[in-house]
Amino acid sequence: MGAARRPMKRTTLHAWLLLSPALLLLVAFTHYPAVATVWHSFFSTPRGNRPARFVGTENYAELAADPIFWQALSNNMIFAAATIPLSIGLALAMALWVNGKIRGRTALRIAFFTPTVLPMIAVANLWLFFYTPDYGLLDQITRALFGWGPTNWIGETRTALGAMIAVAVWKEAGFFMIFYLAALQAIPPNLYEAAAIEGASRARVFWRVTLPLLGPTTLFILVNAAINAFRLVDHIIVMTRGGPDNATTLLLVYVYELGFRFWDTAMAATLTVVLLLFLAATAAFNFLVAERRVHYR
Amino acid sequence: MRVTRAIETAGAWLLGIIWIAPLLYALWAAFHPSAYTTRFELLAPLTLQNFAEAWDAAPFARYFLNTFILVTMILAAQLVLCTLAAFAFARSRFPGSGILFGLVLLQLMIMPDVLLVENYRTMRDLGLVDTILAIGLPYMASAFGIFLLRQTFRQVPKELEEAAIVEGCGTMAILWRVYVPLAKPTYLAYGLTSVSYHWNNFLWPLVITNTVETRPLTVGLAVFASTDQGIDWAIISAATLMTSAPLLLGFLLFQRQFVQSFMRAGIR
Repeated sequence: MGAARRPMKRTTLHAWLLLSPALLLLVAFTHYPAVATVWHSFFSTPRGNRPARFVGTENYAELAADPIFWQALSNNMIFAAATIPLSIGLALAMALWVNGKIRGRTALRIAFFTPTVLPMIAVANLWLFFYTPDYGLLDQITRALFGWGPTNWIGETRTALGAMIAVAVWKEAGFFMIFYLAALQAIPPNLYEAAAIEGASRARVFWRVTLPLLGPTTLFILVNAAINAFRLVDHIIVMTRGGPDNATTLLLVYVYELGFRFWDTAMAATLTVVLLLFLAATAAFNFLVAERRVHYR
Repeated sequence: MRVTRAIETAGAWLLGIIWIAPLLYALWAAFHPSAYTTRFELLAPLTLQNFAEAWDAAPFARYFLNTFILVTMILAAQLVLCTLAAFAFARSRFPGSGILFGLVLLQLMIMPDVLLVENYRTMRDLGLVDTILAIGLPYMASAFGIFLLRQTFRQVPKELEEAAIVEGCGTMAILWRVYVPLAKPTYLAYGLTSVSYHWNNFLWPLVITNTVETRPLTVGLAVFASTDQGIDWAIISAATLMTSAPLLLGFLLFQRQFVQSFMRAGIR
């Protein structure tokens, strides 16, 4: 019995030895900070010679009474509700075009994919010019086409969040297109041949053959788009810093503001907990719904 | 039928133009004198002056070096750590391996990007604030890399491994001689995605660095663009292109490999 168990133990030992360096870093910079965030949200911010003390749920009460928090939350909901369907829809359209027999598909594929390799920060600089009032490209175009006056796209509360959403969609859609493209190329051609024999219209083929087969890919992209809706804030920090009047403040932007401009680490931790709840919900959706349906090859 | 096709083609091209326009515009602004920044004339004189001025206005050489060190360091560490971990997950089922793998995958959802506050605290306790190592550490054990390599390793035929055992190979020799060579396309795919991710990463480096000696290009560019350049778009465009050039050129030259690598990395 003991002799039979020994070789198994050795493979286990080997496995742990191989895993330990990666696990150590994962625990130190993913699991521990996630747990520590929750822990620190129950303490006050240490200032000067006053150490942190246990305050119970005081930070949460303070957060709930903070109008900027509620605005950041609702901004983030709008940001997610707009960027997720828009980027997925555009990605699907792009993939269908680039996969089909359209003229100049290599050029189109390059055009769609280019934003993916550009740093978000560089992208922000380029779009900043697009949005400049009066002599920016967008104003020049709207003036020539519709005769509109100058608009301060990112300086007005009415348009700023929309402007940030546009940049995020522009950045993401080409990246998601790649996954659709891979999925489209994996669809067996005989399915289309069968549909052609039955005389199905293009629209019918799309709804009955293509789209159902893209289901797992769509779920995968959906999860990634949802995570990005809470994570992709580089351009906002550079372009508007959450302004004007907090119109573009998202949760992570506010975490950055609280934690590294006001150095209120306790409130930043408390807000991070809220952010983690959204990510945990996404993770739960992924493991419980998406993973069940996706059949990995 | 033909009409809808034509409309679709037009739509695709319109979208393509919108998608590439910011880059085309940056190229225009960067290679022309600032007088022509918003005046589009075919015969406007070309110049490299904007690049020279941008290069002199900020320590970009140092930023390039920092980013180069950063992405190399992260990639090297990721390749080693993820290979070892993926090998363990792919080859042996041991008590708790399922739970452990689930814990690893958690990082796909809860990325270090959102754990700024606590990771900053950790780095301060370790005395690593404002070092390039601190920018890279949270990303070195990559759940994505472990996942990707595990998938690849699992497809390696058992017979190859058994043959290696017969020839007297130990565990590490099997990994190095059998598994690693067969996973080359995965390594390429993962390497490209990792380099472009960390070349472009911004928020964590912004938080953890505060001197020229450690700042990567993205943070350097943000500092440069915000310190009152008199909003000279020509120079900002030049600096922007400069910082994205290596990745952009790499992408344009190896367009097919890039797209295929991202595709491979996405199919899970």
